Amino acid sequence: MTELTRLRSRHLLGITDLAPDEIELILNTAEAMKEIGTRTIKKVPALRGRTVVNLFFEASTRTRLSFELAEKRLSADTMGITAVGSSVSKGETLADTARTLEAMSPDLIVIRHASSGAPHLLARICKAGIVNAGDGSHEHPTQALLDALTIRERKGRLAGLKVAIIGDLLHSRVLRSNVLLLTRMGAEVRACGPATLILQGLTTLGVHVTTSIDDAVTGADVVMMLRVQHERMHGLFLPSVREYFTLFGLTPKRLERAASDVIVMHPGPMNRGVEIDSAVADGPWSVILDQVANGVAVRMAVLYLLAGEDVT
Amino acid sequence: MGTQSLLLKNARLVDPGAGRDGHFDVLITDGRIARIGKDIPAGDARVVEVPSGWVVTPGLLDIHVHLREPGQEHKETIATGTWSAVVGGFTAVACMPNTDPVNDSSSVTQFILKRAAEANFARVYPIGAVSVGQRGDQMTEMGDLSAAGCVAFTDDGHPVRTAMLMRRALEYSSMFDVPIIEHCEDPSLKADGVAHEGEVAAMLGLRGIPSVAESIMAERDIALSEMTGGRVHIAHMSARQTLRAVREGKSRDIKVTCEVAPHHFTLNHEELAKHGGYNTNLKMNPPLREEADRLAMIDGLRDGSIDVISTDHAPHHADEKALEFDHAPFGIVGLETAVPICLDRLLHAEVLSLPRLVALLTCNPARLLKLPGGTLREGEPADITILSPDTQVTIRTAELVSKSKNSPFDGWTLRGAVAATIVGGRVLYTNPNVPGTAALNPEP
Repeated sequence: MTELTRLRSRHLLGITDLAPDEIELILNTAEAMKEIGTRTIKKVPALRGRTVVNLFFEASTRTRLSFELAEKRLSADTMGITAVGSSVSKGETLADTARTLEAMSPDLIVIRHASSGAPHLLARICKAGIVNAGDGSHEHPTQALLDALTIRERKGRLAGLKVAIIGDLLHSRVLRSNVLLLTRMGAEVRACGPATLILQGLTTLGVHVTTSIDDAVTGADVVMMLRVQHERMHGLFLPSVREYFTLFGLTPKRLERAASDVIVMHPGPMNRGVEIDSAVADGPWSVILDQVANGVAVRMAVLYLLAGEDVT
Repeated sequence: MGTQSLLLKNARLVDPGAGRDGHFDVLITDGRIARIGKDIPAGDARVVEVPSGWVVTPGLLDIHVHLREPGQEHKETIATGTWSAVVGGFTAVACMPNTDPVNDSSSVTQFILKRAAEANFARVYPIGAVSVGQRGDQMTEMGDLSAAGCVAFTDDGHPVRTAMLMRRALEYSSMFDVPIIEHCEDPSLKADGVAHEGEVAAMLGLRGIPSVAESIMAERDIALSEMTGGRVHIAHMSARQTLRAVREGKSRDIKVTCEVAPHHFTLNHEELAKHGGYNTNLKMNPPLREEADRLAMIDGLRDGSIDVISTDHAPHHADEKALEFDHAPFGIVGLETAVPICLDRLLHAEVLSLPRLVALLTCNPARLLKLPGGTLREGEPADITILSPDTQVTIRTAELVSKSKNSPFDGWTLRGAVAATIVGGRVLYTNPNVPGTAALNPEP
């Protein structure tokens, strides 16, 4: 069996397009990349002379900084465009922005956009490789990959683990990417949220769907909390923050039902006291800051595998 | 007048409105049907022996078309839209009022009719708005609009906003014996949805439009039709729940009718995830629904619950469709793809016999809106469509004559073609891909 050394597509649009061996490849590469971050000189020439454009049409701090740092550590030339102050605010279409960038011959375009499918639109137009840094409610593949890396580090495996994902399932791209990745790698996924924010189709993917957080957490090896947007907290999805925390907030008490060595994850930014109690966020179970560190390594791996020198 | 006499010899004539299905000669003189019969002497008429594979039908009618003029001429004009109709085999269309300005006054109606007369392709029957500006507040002058030529009323693009307005519109329009055509959609349930609420949209991260958003409005309107005795016609039905409501209404003799568009009995929402996903030419309202809904539409066609096939021809400029799925407008063009799809998916798939299929495109819509045509009568204008059900066609959106090319059927190969379209005795279109049609072209 020849070992896989490259991804099959020149884009990373979603976990949905990745086979298990590609996921393994990214995670293994990320482990190697992680070591670079521990050096005094945290830079390798892997993407020297390559150009990466960061196209962020939606507010993002951690994902954008994580990609930028990953690009710099690989010595890529980078430029960033954010929606504010760019031609987007002048009414230019996404397709025209893409064509304009394309004329500057970038190797990769990293895109974050509020509309699901926006990276797919770019992939149809551009010669550059497209990396999805989060599209609408659709996918956030590098988040799921960094989550998988974090779980694998702590647990040594993904297959057979019981993973509970809790929060706004309906609007979460983190949920979708994680479900696709974890089920594909053989984990047992439970998804939990209020009945107004349940996502159709999860059962088809083999996910156990429940509205009881206790049901979801019981015996879990991993508990992954999802952010709940404030605008969904008062109205037709949820009556109030107070009630949400009462029914779905993760507290030390609730965690007692989980496996004794449970880890708690959150993609950030956290709403303390809304979906997660501070005692949990800052407690011994929390691997939230490991996730941030792993984010840089996973993004280095993805960029390298899509645009780096052929390593065969 | 001025047109040559034409004798279609020994044609298979399928005219369900007249109860005809057999071989006849059809003599066209001075733009009108002079005679239908056997062994009609040619006289000085030009004689065309109709090949045995062809079918002569009354001119097809499409009662749900967006011609976009006035106001959105970058998408379509009355001239390009009615030419697209002719190429698609339609001799007449009824056009929706959601133009800019809205067709809510007789002056707009007159403008549309003037433009249609100038274009002189397919006939145009304007549909007026139910409410001024389609805003759902004040009723339009339906009497004046009817007198100017409006054949029905609708706020299409939106539902009639309130139950009270619908009630009054059904009562008021009954004085002119015209139906209210309803775009069934509960706005609060539809919200900002862009695709059918189901597993496909869920996994693509697209906001959903539940089937009930459609059926709940149909149920409201059927109840109001029962109360008022007014006629309601449910446009572009997509959900099996809506069909169930229509069937139930019909079984109680409520004056409800309905139509389905070819895409809703041909495609389902799974298309959205194919070929990289997010093809905006699959974005329409109502959206493509589940396979069970598609099959329900087929079933409704088969058992006669569905009265009419209409296209909901909704042209949009390529630039508008090149946006993110969220931002692209709803709608697809349909005039030039309808006949191949209907022949392939309904006739050859043995869902419908030819007479029953032709009825859904001719006498049924004519009866519904009390339009002239829909059947061939001696002395009436010679609006005729000739079909070649066995000719294979491959749809190339780039070749559509509509000003817009927003169709999901690009590259589809289907069995069944339009051979020729005759409006008022004039052979306006002959399909160069159907052998033998050249004989129909008028001599120079």
